[in-house]
Amino acid sequence: MSKQSDQPGMNRRQLIGGVIAATGAVTIAPGLILHAVAGNPQQKKGASSEKRWGMVIDANKCADGCSACVDACNDEHNLTGFDRPATDAQWIRTVKLKDKQTGHINRMVMLCQHCEFPPCVDVCPTNASFKRVDGIVLVDRHRCIGCRYCMMACPYKARSFIHEALADQSVNAPRGKGCVESCTLCVHRVDAGKTTTACQDACQKEGHAAILFGDLNDPKSRISQVLKSNNSTQIRADLELNTGVRYLNL
Amino acid sequence: MLSKMYYRELYCGTPVRFWMGLALLTTFILIGLGSAYYMEHSGHWVTGMSNQVVWGLPHVFAIFLIVAASGALNVASIGSVFGGPMYKPLGRYSSLLAIGLLVGGLIVLVLDLGRPDRLIVAMTEYNFKSIFAWNVILYSGFIGIVAVYLWTMMDRSVNKLYRPLGFIAFFWRIALTTGTGSIFGFLVAREAYDAAIMAPMFVIMSFSYGLAFFIVTLIAAYLWSDRQIGELRLAKLKNLLGVFVGAVLYFTLVFNLTNLYATQHHGIERFILLDGGVYTQMFWFGQVLVGGVIPLFLIYSPAFDKSRWAIAAASIAVLIGGFFQLYVIVIGGQAYPMTVFPGKEVLESSFYDGVVSSYVPTFAEGALGVGGIAIALALVAIGARMFKVFPESLEDPEEA
Repeated sequence: MSKQSDQPGMNRRQLIGGVIAATGAVTIAPGLILHAVAGNPQQKKGASSEKRWGMVIDANKCADGCSACVDACNDEHNLTGFDRPATDAQWIRTVKLKDKQTGHINRMVMLCQHCEFPPCVDVCPTNASFKRVDGIVLVDRHRCIGCRYCMMACPYKARSFIHEALADQSVNAPRGKGCVESCTLCVHRVDAGKTTTACQDACQKEGHAAILFGDLNDPKSRISQVLKSNNSTQIRADLELNTGVRYLNL
Repeated sequence: MLSKMYYRELYCGTPVRFWMGLALLTTFILIGLGSAYYMEHSGHWVTGMSNQVVWGLPHVFAIFLIVAASGALNVASIGSVFGGPMYKPLGRYSSLLAIGLLVGGLIVLVLDLGRPDRLIVAMTEYNFKSIFAWNVILYSGFIGIVAVYLWTMMDRSVNKLYRPLGFIAFFWRIALTTGTGSIFGFLVAREAYDAAIMAPMFVIMSFSYGLAFFIVTLIAAYLWSDRQIGELRLAKLKNLLGVFVGAVLYFTLVFNLTNLYATQHHGIERFILLDGGVYTQMFWFGQVLVGGVIPLFLIYSPAFDKSRWAIAAASIAVLIGGFFQLYVIVIGGQAYPMTVFPGKEVLESSFYDGVVSSYVPTFAEGALGVGGIAIALALVAIGARMFKVFPESLEDPEEA
């Protein structure tokens, strides 16, 4: 059949396809280009499964009345509260414990234990809770629907739900109302090639040095050597989650 | 032989009666939606929920409705899967009620999310190790399957699919409630949960609450539209409810006995059974007395032999008791302090370690929950008005 049309050599389907492709390109391209511009060379490498980031906390060195690590964490991630302790976010907290039988008193800090088998990741319906290949457990704030199932599942009460609108956020930790969050092991520092966390620096500065961050997979790292030569414990070791945070003298 | 059954849309004596009823439900729905907007807009700090009790009253309502939804389908299943002729005419309504209750429950659940606007994420991004993700599939699948099941009951041309669909719907509903119970059963860290019995217990709870919902709404609808229900038919439903109520008590007993045997669970048992304050009261007076003992008495006492008021009262008591049961499970289980440091006493903590967490529900949370029930009932009322769901008469067959 001969063509009886004054239209240019393009049929309707091609035209629609072309328009969609052009619109798509215009919509997506700026995002891709901006991402490429924003990424720094260190971050381009991505996390490595050769590492497993972890922490060791020496309960004997955790000083009574000190809250330097908590304050530093709050500053680093701009965790400003609303003076509502039941609903304000806490990524790290100090806890004082007494052995029920012996009466021995300990002081220590609790935070996300960065488990090898994290229950929060298991229960998250949308894969918002995830573990990086280098062992850091995080929440993807774009995927979190705020169902709080991870908070039900976490054996350490390590997570906080954002109960109200936030302002003046830190670039280190984008946060938002209606999502769940917890300690990131200062992942922004790790990705920038730094070797300490904010809490560790603060504890060191106070002269206690109760917190040590490092690579558990590297036998030469200080954390590995400390853990090799000392008896350490995992909290709720019975759950066999293989925590990335270990405790000395607990 | 049974006489031919005619189905008719739900017409009340006067149109005003129907529309007034719907207007009342709409009022509750609007208050509920307004409350949800208020909570979402302000953030969850305006509710009783906190970082310790993360699931509050809306979850109790939502789980209550979802559990009841799968149970409401039982009457249809008995009609098609187990071949009960007395139940068969009730199958259409049973399916409609099941869909309505599930939709009502899901709306409450979604509106209590931190980010309900991201519902699309929950529907496109699945972690198949999460029972929550499975439930998204089980819940939406349930609505679809039961809708087709209802169609096979109403349209003669697809009637040959009625029995296969009946089987599919029955197995799906068992899977659905197993999934709901497993939300708690799979929580390894918390003493109050972490038990395989949670799944079958939720299934049996669904049988009980669902049937109670069915009986109450059936009697109400027939009163509303001046139609008759036969005594024998109600007696059958009543006896079935008695068995389910007894079974829920049995599962409760086994669950608590097992916990009482294990030393590590003594704390939570003491909390629920003895010194948990409001939760202990809810357990004994709400769940056991109102939800168990009183309905059993109303159902089996010869004094109330054929009294339909007693049957309705027993069903309402089952619903109230069931609500308390879920309140104790969901909120009591979170209020009790999780053992983070076994063998240690917590002297100081800024995050409420080792202390019983307080939870006081707010009006908005309750209004959202009640709004969910109103949505369920409004959907059922509109569905029954549009489709031929209710038999014109449910008088007992003559030969029976």
